[in-house]
Amino acid sequence: MTTVITVPPSLDDHSFEQVLEQVAPLPADAKILLDARHARWASPFGLTALLTLAQTRAERPAFAVPELEDTASYWARAGFFHYAEALYDLHGTYPRRRESAGESNSLLDITPIAKSSDVHDVVGRVQSRAKQIIHSELRLDTKAIIGFTMTLSEICQNILEHAGQGGWVAVQAYRWTKRLGRRVVVIAVCDAGLGFRKSLESSPGHLPTSRWDDAAALEEAVIRGVSRYRDRSRGQGLAGARNYVGRWNGKLSVRSGTARISIVPSWDDDPPLVERLAPFQGSQVQVTIPEAVSGTGQ
Amino acid sequence: MMHHIDLSHVLRQTLECDLYSNLVTRPTGAAVRGQIEELLREPSESARALAVIDFSHVSMIDLSCADEVVAKLLLRYAADDSPTQAYFLLRGVSELHEDAIEAVLERHELVAALEHEDGVRLMGTPTADERRAWGVVCDAGSAGAQLDDVATRMGCAAEHAEPVLDALCRRRVMMRIEDRFVAVGVGRGG
Repeated sequence: MTTVITVPPSLDDHSFEQVLEQVAPLPADAKILLDARHARWASPFGLTALLTLAQTRAERPAFAVPELEDTASYWARAGFFHYAEALYDLHGTYPRRRESAGESNSLLDITPIAKSSDVHDVVGRVQSRAKQIIHSELRLDTKAIIGFTMTLSEICQNILEHAGQGGWVAVQAYRWTKRLGRRVVVIAVCDAGLGFRKSLESSPGHLPTSRWDDAAALEEAVIRGVSRYRDRSRGQGLAGARNYVGRWNGKLSVRSGTARISIVPSWDDDPPLVERLAPFQGSQVQVTIPEAVSGTGQ
Repeated sequence: MMHHIDLSHVLRQTLECDLYSNLVTRPTGAAVRGQIEELLREPSESARALAVIDFSHVSMIDLSCADEVVAKLLLRYAADDSPTQAYFLLRGVSELHEDAIEAVLERHELVAALEHEDGVRLMGTPTADERRAWGVVCDAGSAGAQLDDVATRMGCAAEHAEPVLDALCRRRVMMRIEDRFVAVGVGRGG
């Protein structure tokens, strides 16, 4: 029997929880069909998380593609179907060829991260477009562009260092009408690897606290900069991302297992820590940098 | 002996690829540091080696790479079992690199000498005394300054100034040449 999982019309980091809640009660080898026929829009997090979800399933899942031509076309341009073909049995009509993003909102189409040279490629590809979008459209200064590329590099490296398998990255700029009414640039990095709790548990000196769970692991890694490596050099990547969003009034969210921790700016009302979410293997990170408010430069 | 190390050149050798001009990822940084260490191992008549680490042609550096290239290099050569008596001068550091380098120096409580248009300045976490001593020795130029002169200009006893100067030497930003202290990069004329 195949269980149908409904993909919400607007798919972002919040609405993706609806997908996970439907999947959570099912065993990993259960046959599922993700029904995205009525999907209208997806954030980079939504698209990369869909690919990641397929990697968590023992039984190859099916996927009904968006019926709306514009949506399917956009997902194709972002590279979604190109990678989804290898992970899902796709049903429905979608543009086969991955057209060039050209002057789209995409700073970086969905890109697999599996080795160090992938990070070099990603950074190289994003640099010039990031400069244009962050400076001209978000009206942030040069330091914001450098920090953005640095943050992107560090978050991608987290996959290589901690996930134990490859992951996905995508970067987009768009007007976030619903929550902010301003333009934003968003980095999404998702993997179906070890996740923060298991990664920290693999540290030789790890001693679990009385409350040791996904939320505690996220607090250790994101807030206190703890890494599974005992080397003092480690743990700087997420600390750097935290500093970066703090400086540019951005938001950092890290989801792993059953918890999500966020560095929340004043424009957002997310709780800093959410526990008892539906389980999702691996780690999923999102960085959102908003357009500067007039005259502030940040 | 002076080594001029163009990081973009080392990067290209390391990655065997001409396309990359960004110093990103920890493995890349470790490989670049390995090349620098190899260069510093080359036999030389001089007991001291000055390595000018040139960032001029590097598009950007991330934290992990800065940690491997800058912090771990300084940590290794500031250690008691340092392989050679090497000193370091950072050149061509712009706003593209400064935040990452500063962050890793602070994390490891290190100091680096940074060449800029008007001379050489310290980056990282020097103490207030180290800053003052550095300023006095820099003012003395390439001839350097004797301990007593530094102490006088710092307004303290030689017993107080000496450990401060020794600390700067240990941190690889100052050389002790016979009875004189010379700041790394000062008077080199760029």
